Amino acid sequence: MSIRLEKPWLPLTAEAVAALPGQLGVYEIADASAATLFIGYAGGRSPFGLRGELASERERRRGPGFLFRVEVNMQYLSRHQELLMIHCADHGELPPENETPRRLGRIHPHPS
Amino acid sequence: MDFQPSDEQQLVVDLVRRFVEEEILPLEADLDPDASELPAEHFDRLREKTREMGLFGLDIPEQYGGPEIDLVTRTLIAIEMSQHRAGLYAPCYGVFGGAGLAQLYEANEDQKERYLYPTLRGEKRGFFALTEPSGGSDPARAIRTSAVKDGEDWILNGEKTFISGADKADFGITFARTDPTKGRGGITCFIVDTDMPGFRVRRVVHTLRSAHYATELEFENLRVPGANVLGKVNQGFAIANDRLSRNRIPYAAGCLGVAIRAQEMAVEYACTRETFGEPLAHRQAIQWMLVDNELEIRQARWLTLAAAAKAESGQPFRTDAAMAKLVASEVGSKVVDRAIQIHGGYGVTKDLPLERWYREMRIRRIGEGASEIQRLIIARDLLGRSLH
Repeated sequence: MSIRLEKPWLPLTAEAVAALPGQLGVYEIADASAATLFIGYAGGRSPFGLRGELASERERRRGPGFLFRVEVNMQYLSRHQELLMIHCADHGELPPENETPRRLGRIHPHPS
Repeated sequence: MDFQPSDEQQLVVDLVRRFVEEEILPLEADLDPDASELPAEHFDRLREKTREMGLFGLDIPEQYGGPEIDLVTRTLIAIEMSQHRAGLYAPCYGVFGGAGLAQLYEANEDQKERYLYPTLRGEKRGFFALTEPSGGSDPARAIRTSAVKDGEDWILNGEKTFISGADKADFGITFARTDPTKGRGGITCFIVDTDMPGFRVRRVVHTLRSAHYATELEFENLRVPGANVLGKVNQGFAIANDRLSRNRIPYAAGCLGVAIRAQEMAVEYACTRETFGEPLAHRQAIQWMLVDNELEIRQARWLTLAAAAKAESGQPFRTDAAMAKLVASEVGSKVVDRAIQIHGGYGVTKDLPLERWYREMRIRRIGEGASEIQRLIIARDLLGRSLH
């Protein structure tokens, strides 16, 4: 199993968001060239889970060209940390819209 | 043996209880239900408060700057500190400070300068890596990581798994086989820096705990200076063993604190929730659950405090710590399970802390020596040489 989130990117449209589950998990937002802009999660206090979080993302970004992908995951906090660490390992920095966490670990995964 | 807290102990216990109620519980209302960290501004503010209370760094020995508090009192405090949602694995979110890796107190002065003192000053973080993919319950035989002498250095090759905090650490304590012809007499303890070439955190291991993960480590021709051998060559197993026994008392106290809080919640809910025209508390089935909880909590409390008292007095306490850890972790699981049953559907929602405790408490019967290992330790003490 890959430790990277390798699901296909989908356009961030109202229809695609409405079809999402209301479950907990992690998600990524990218620009039209599939460069990751933000890694987020739908946690225990997210109303309507991933669907609610992605609806907020769509509302916030308004405009075509944004992409997203999600992963339903009950371990959303540790998976979120893992995705941030993998992004740092692969790109040398966090996605541009993520704030630097108080303490982020360092991992050295095998290349994808 | 009487374990009624003295007036002085009760004062400290009440102080910590108020701290949990007034400072921790209100913050938890806004945090993610699985969170294990406080936002920086709250963490810094509360850490300052614990310093003012004279309770920061509770487990640091007095000669290294810790407060002079005996182990029984520290155990009573640990029971209080865990009585909140994140309390089992992140009691009070760490604002009371940690003691660092206990083995470093036995290090030589050079090692203390490089690792212990910076840890106590909050400048460095360490990890403890014993378990390997080949096993964790029987490390003396399971350790396959090798260390081969090369001049003044040692070359380590191997893997470690279920290691907490290695990805955020500056250094760690690990164990490798230095004499393959000997079992437990062929293991040496090393201090490794995480920036040494050949040290790699290979992946995150997700568990039932959402906020906290373990890591998997790889040592590939990791060159460790001879000055980083902790203790003596081939005598590392005693260092690992000593740490395991000592940790079992606060580990038991954490389970006990959560069990006590779950029981309080269950009693309160049983008295207020009505079914078929009467409070749940009027049902014998519910009463018996609450009675079983209370009996088991008191049993675990007595064993935990007895182990602490024995360790404090300098007597051998390995068996007592095993009994405390075994009973408290198993009682914790049963009490939380019954509390969920009493709460019905609400018990399994993220609105209440019970579902998190249920998941995390399951790990406690495996971590720091599985229940079966504790029974083995107790059986060895009872039966002695007749087992060999």
